[in-house]
Order: sequence, then structure tokens, then C-alpha cells
Amino acid sequence: MNRLRRDRRALFGVVVLVLVSGAGAAAPLISTGAPAAQHDVVATRFQPPLSTDHAGTFHLLGTDRFGRDVWTRLVYGARVSLVVGVVAVILSVVIGLLVGGVAGYWPGRPRVALLAATDFTIAIPRVVLVLLLAALARPSAGLVILVLGLTGWMSVARLVQGEVRSLAARPFVEGAVALGLSRARVLARHIVPNALTPVIVSAALGLGNAIGLEAGLSFLGLGVQPPTPSWGNMIASGRDTLVNAPWVATAPGIALVLVVVACTLLGDALQDALNPTARHDTVR
Amino acid sequence: MLAQIGRRVLAGAAVVAGVLTLTFFLVQLAPGDPVERLLGPTATPAQLAAQRHALGLDRPLPVQFAVWIGRVARGEWGRSIATGRPVRAVLGDALPATLVLVGLSLIASYALGFVIGAWQARADRRVDTALSVATVTLFALPGYWLGLMLMMVFTYWAHWLPAFGASGLDVDIITGWGRLADRLRHLALPLATLTLIGIGGAARFVRGAMRDVVGQPFVTTAEAKGLSPFQVTRRHIVRNALVPVITLFGMSLPALFSGAVFVEAVFAWPGVGRRLVEAVQARDYPVVMAATVVTCVLVVTGNLLADLAAAWIDPRVRYQRRET
Repeated sequence: MNRLRRDRRALFGVVVLVLVSGAGAAAPLISTGAPAAQHDVVATRFQPPLSTDHAGTFHLLGTDRFGRDVWTRLVYGARVSLVVGVVAVILSVVIGLLVGGVAGYWPGRPRVALLAATDFTIAIPRVVLVLLLAALARPSAGLVILVLGLTGWMSVARLVQGEVRSLAARPFVEGAVALGLSRARVLARHIVPNALTPVIVSAALGLGNAIGLEAGLSFLGLGVQPPTPSWGNMIASGRDTLVNAPWVATAPGIALVLVVVACTLLGDALQDALNPTARHDTVR
Repeated sequence: MLAQIGRRVLAGAAVVAGVLTLTFFLVQLAPGDPVERLLGPTATPAQLAAQRHALGLDRPLPVQFAVWIGRVARGEWGRSIATGRPVRAVLGDALPATLVLVGLSLIASYALGFVIGAWQARADRRVDTALSVATVTLFALPGYWLGLMLMMVFTYWAHWLPAFGASGLDVDIITGWGRLADRLRHLALPLATLTLIGIGGAARFVRGAMRDVVGQPFVTTAEAKGLSPFQVTRRHIVRNALVPVITLFGMSLPALFSGAVFVEAVFAWPGVGRRLVEAVQARDYPVVMAATVVTCVLVVTGNLLADLAAAWIDPRVRYQRRET
């Protein structure tokens, strides 16, 4: 913990994530409170950043082509990005724990089958798999969560599998088995809680990935649907106005990069703090 | 060595077979009846049944699957629902564009990423940190957004480079050098986007692999012998770090293809990724299935080649063949 506190990467990551989630939580208080509101479109559209429109409303980051306040949409979009990202990561961690736990603790066929399934899923480019799944149903935030959860569990499963295998040979596990506990109970109560440490690192990195992919899907029109703001569909709508209103696409992109960098740095710092002997870099 | 290659090829074939199975059955889950869509809302139940029978859709699922696999193996991929063109032609036209983009980007990003990563591994803390922040940021950039930003600067502000497609409208009348220059100008922005992101990933891989080697005793020995830092890096560190880097090179292929999907979509680059996105948006399942399979085959092949290259470069693996 001390090591982590002194790590500037961890500090940066935590500060950015706290600020962004704080802004998302306090969205109604720090913005106009109406991300989809359109007033006089002709008079209020394409206001540059730091300007005040005819009605006296101040626009920190300007307005888009419908006269909607970009800052307001940005903070409401943070809600969408973070909630979708966090829930998707939780889903993938749960799947990874189940697959990795069973594969690590049941030698023989279950292990071979589950590890083969893991290797197989890793070999497919994630975006291709995500697009394939997204093609099957109507786009929505729920679908994005499901799709990202189903395609992001493999690194967790691999880590947990390795950890469980080494834990299974430890005396306290043999003790629990000797007491007559069932396999499932030993796994759930004694092994998996001890195997959680590497999962934290993987979850931090996975969060950055999930938020980036959510934005990507929404950018392509396959994720969160307008007028609900998401950073991805904001970039998509700013794409058409790059010439006369570049701020519309720029602002959500910068927010996105900050959050993904924060997750990556936090993950790297956690990795070093939890396992000082391991390599510094984590492969996505 | 041969047995190892055989195992790798088998594993790759298993992945491709798995992808074929997965895409087929996932597409079955898609809502909506393709026959109803084909014939429209005015079709009678009898017409629907007849069409279903004609297309073989009334047969049991495993039979349909076997028929589909047989057709895929013979290269009959059906027709695009959206455009009516044969899927094979759609993807055949798109494949070279993707290979050019991804291949050049792979070479460029690893060449530059290798230099940066190698520099970082031997640099002092401050330089290392600064470069790490830079590479992490590059790696975090969403391809479609970076693409838009480059487009804004180089196309809309500076008017230097075109932003859409792989060639200008006058492609059919210009020849020779002019045509090549036109191609390169269209390639510049998509390639730069994909490469900038790739450099971030490659530099991170290389730095990690090099740092593992820098701490080894034989590096200290080489330094103690009085070799110059350049020679130590070139002869002792780079050579030993090359094997893990090549393996990681293969492992980064899925991420690269994922990035290419977005970059192609933004720049309207006529590759497989853009076709895939368009097909998903239009629910054009034959194209979705084929594009998925083609991308996976490319990634699996690339991985296989990287594994073989890593084994070939590593003398410990290469010379085993002579001993055994």
C-alpha cells in the first residue's frame, strides 16, 4: 500500500478517475442539467468554447450543431462511459473467475476444455468479436455491457487459473479438503479469495479497454444511441462539423484518452505494488 | 522442430474451425427471419415455406452447418444481402487494401517502437518516465478519434492530404508516378494513425523485454569486459530481447486488426474492416460472417509466422533440430 501511495502513476490514475466519476455523479449540479435540450437551434448552435449565447447561458466547451452544451453532454456522457465500463468489467471478472477457478481446480478434461476455450477467444481480434455480437441485436447500452463482458474475461481467467493451481497445493487447502468440505466450497471460500490480487490489475486495465471500446461502438452507431450522450457518439456527431466546430469532437476524445491513460497507469502501478519482482509492463 | 510446427498449424486450424462454428451459430441467433426479409411482408405462408425449402433453411441445423462449411471450403460464400454482389468479390477487393495498411503499419510501428523501447531500457529514469508517459498516451488513443484529429489538421486546415478513400477520382486517367503519388497521399493519414498507436504498444513491449535482459549477469560481464554501451546494447541486449519481442509481435496482431477496423471506417479506406462495419450496420450477415472468418485467418496466420520466426531466430530452438 505504501509503495502504491508513493507511485505517481497511481496518484494520477486515481485523481483522474475520481474527478471523472465525481463530475459524472454531480452532473446536474455542475452543468445545465439537460444534455439533450435544444433551444433556438439557429441562434445557439456552434458557439465556440468560453462563449455566452444570446440568452446569457455560458458555454465552457461551446455548443454542437443542435445548440446543445458540450460540457453538459461531456459530464453526462461520463456517467454512461463509466457505468457501462464498470459493469462490463464486473461481468468479465465474474466470468473469468468462474472459468479460471474451475480450470485451475479441476484437472483433466474440464481444465483442457476451458483453457482451450480461453486460448481460442484470445486469438480472435476483440473488435471483430464485438462487432459480430453487436450485429445480432438492436444497439443499446445493455447490449454493449453484455458484449464487452463476454469478450473481456480471458486475461482474468488465465491469471486466476495459474493462481488457483499454485494455491491448490498449499497446506491450508489440503486442510480444508481433509475437513471434508466439498470441492466447490473449497474453491469458493478458500482458493478464489486468495487468488483475487492479480485480478485487480487486470480489472484496472480492462476498465480502460472497455471504456475505449464502448466509445468505439457508439462512434460506429452500434452502442449507446443519441440523443443520450456517450463520448463515442459525441465524437461521431462532431465528425461532421470538424471544420466549423472542431471542439465538439475534440473535447470527448481528450476525456476518453485521459480516462484510458489513467486506467493503464493505475494498472501498471498496481502490478508493481502487488508483485514487485514482475515485469513493469502489462500486455493488453 | 517439425513436430512443433505441426502442432502450431493444427492449433491454428482449430481456431479457424472454431471461428467458423461460432459465426454460423451466432448468426442463427440473430432476430428476424431471412426468408421474410427476402420476400417482403406480402408473401403468403406457402411462398415462405417454398422459399425456405429452396434455400435449405427447413433442414436441421447441423445439416445446414455442414452444407455451409462445404460451401465455404469451396469458396462459395454467397451473396451480399445489401448489394447483391458475391461476398467473395466484396472481400477479394478489400483484402489487398487491408494487407497494405496493416502490413506497412506493423513494420513502421515496430521499427520506431523498437528504437524508442531500446532507448528507454538503457536511459536514465527521467527520460524513461517521459517516454513511458508518451507511449502510454499513444497506446490509449482511440484510432477513430486520432484519425479525425489528423484529418482536421492535415486535410481541413493545412489542405495537404486527402482524407477519404484509397485513391482520387482521377485514378483511371493518371498513370505511372502520378498514380503512385496519389496512392501514397491517400495512404498517409490512415497509416500515420495506425502507426502512432502501434508505436505506443510496440515501445512498451520492447522496453519490457529489454529490461528483463538488462538485469542479467551476462550484461554486467559484457560491460566489465569494457565493451561500449552501444555494443552491449546491440550484441547482447537486443539479440536476447528479440525472441520475446517477436512473440509479442504476433500477439499484438489482434489488437492491430481491431485498430484497423476503426481507422478504415473513419478514412473510408476500402479494406476488410470497413466492409465489416458496413455489413454489421446493414445486418448483411453473409458479409459479416465472411469478414469475421477472413480477419481471423489473417491473425492466426500472422501469429503462426511470428511463432515460427521466434523459434528460428532462437539458436536454442534452431540447433535442437541438428542434435535430435
